Amino acid sequence: MNAEGKVLKYGDNIDTDVIIPARYLAIQDKQELASHAMEDIDQDFMKKLHAGDIVVAGKNFGCGSSREHAPQVLQTSGVGCVIAESFARIFYRNALNIGFPIIEAPEAAQAIAEGDRVKVDFDTGLITDETTGKTFQGQPFPEFLQKMIAAGGLMAYVNQNGGKI
Amino acid sequence: MGMTMSQKILAKHAGLESVSAGQLIMAELDLVHGNDITSPVAIREMKKLDQKDVFDQEKVVLVMDHFVPNKDITSAKCTQMCRNFAHEQGLTNYFDVGQMGIEHALIPEKGLIVAGELSVGADSHTCTYGALGAFSTGIGSTDMAAAMATGKLWFKVPTAIRVNLIGKKQKWVSGKDVILHLIGEIGVDGARYQSIEFTGPGVAELSMDDRFTICNMAIEAGGKNGIFPVDEKTIEYMKAHSTKPYTVYEADADAEYTREVTIDLSTLKSTISFPHLPENTHELGSFEDIKIDQSVIGSCTNGRIQDMREAAEILRGRKVAPDVRCIVIPGTQDIYMQMLKEGLVMDFIEAGAVVSTPTCGPCLGGYMGILAPHERCVSTTNRNFVGRMGDTTSEIYLASPAVAAASAVTGKISGPEELGM
Repeated sequence: MNAEGKVLKYGDNIDTDVIIPARYLAIQDKQELASHAMEDIDQDFMKKLHAGDIVVAGKNFGCGSSREHAPQVLQTSGVGCVIAESFARIFYRNALNIGFPIIEAPEAAQAIAEGDRVKVDFDTGLITDETTGKTFQGQPFPEFLQKMIAAGGLMAYVNQNGGKI
Repeated sequence: MGMTMSQKILAKHAGLESVSAGQLIMAELDLVHGNDITSPVAIREMKKLDQKDVFDQEKVVLVMDHFVPNKDITSAKCTQMCRNFAHEQGLTNYFDVGQMGIEHALIPEKGLIVAGELSVGADSHTCTYGALGAFSTGIGSTDMAAAMATGKLWFKVPTAIRVNLIGKKQKWVSGKDVILHLIGEIGVDGARYQSIEFTGPGVAELSMDDRFTICNMAIEAGGKNGIFPVDEKTIEYMKAHSTKPYTVYEADADAEYTREVTIDLSTLKSTISFPHLPENTHELGSFEDIKIDQSVIGSCTNGRIQDMREAAEILRGRKVAPDVRCIVIPGTQDIYMQMLKEGLVMDFIEAGAVVSTPTCGPCLGGYMGILAPHERCVSTTNRNFVGRMGDTTSEIYLASPAVAAASAVTGKISGPEELGM
């Protein structure tokens, strides 16, 4: 599985309240919800974003609430994947559960600049910055999680395993 | 190598003799819960499964609290979806207007969680129940769907930080100050993926309400869970609220911790988190005047009877400053009733504060006290990120009930000492 796109870069502690403010959380329509992604930190996010673009961020991405709406709006809006120095734990888990690709790679997250073209190979964890030519090794997932992602997320995985996890 | 208290609970629920940090396990759950915002997504996801019924009608709990009583049509539809699901599934523990409270105040009060149990909830502050010596952690809606259907979830066994509490609390210092101080010291990712295990002689100095507050904010340091040992106070609480059998686990003497932090309660001062991160802490008295527009006293962090009594004691016979809105939100109907019996509601209203029915309301920018541009709120809630309670230019200062109440009177961030108390 691969992701490839242009980078939108953000800092540390990008929390779930800026990823998707709580005032929108009762909205059930995924497209409508996604139209508000990153609104409180970057009003131009949805205008700048092209499908497949990659978000690169600092430490503790997705900190705060357990709202699954956070990785959901990034996925629905067309973000190809998130590369971060580190992820908050509930966000990390939620992203995997819905099949949204993320990868923890401190060196990559620090070195990659806004606007660079980047490619990620999720099977090996290899990240390539095509603009600078640099490569970085991110952490690939443990086997169980790879199976879950390959199945298309937790729900599909549970069904495939006869209703068990 | 020995296990931490959290690891022991996980091992038991995974049917294993022992577990070690980093290990992936499958564990059986004692409690799975969600609210009006997270449950609709879970209910929708669960429909994708072949398994159509919840694994246990008693252990799947839905609490309507975030935008309830409903603030608009969209949130009314969310609650309706939860209500219908609860009825279809025959859930024993569905809490709607009239019975509901803020989930993390309500669930322990109703005796739905006891020591030694494994609890997950689709809300990040589910870590609150660690105060009872349970392993309790927040999850997302898809995890909630899988948990509702199967009664199990996968976990990665966490490492742990040990927090050694010593000394006796000073007057007006409470659980909120302990946890804000800790987050200030280790940072918002200082306990990322870890258990925060509280120990030491200082534990006995903390009431159950203090412990609920402390564990509630474990997530604000990135923690997977927070947990207190079980002592007489825990047992007294469980006996008063639950008939469920409980199990007491203790960390092994040779359990390993990646870090140890000592907090001396006797030197701990009232602590305030400045915008826009909970780790941005300052001690009372270390800053110039900060004028406020609003004071919120309530939430799953500090909406319990001890918090209400403390705030009422400060507001009694005094007046909320002009141009300050003081909003008091008890955590549950029982707490509200207790406040009425003790005359606290009268104290608040006579002071010029307002008292609401239980709701999460302003804490997450829902309703019941949203901030206009550039306004400042001192709040007993748990997050002060940009835009959390209103306009992106508004500011939230997190504090204890004592500071929130005193600030409402003076119109600036203050402690009760400034009122001669």
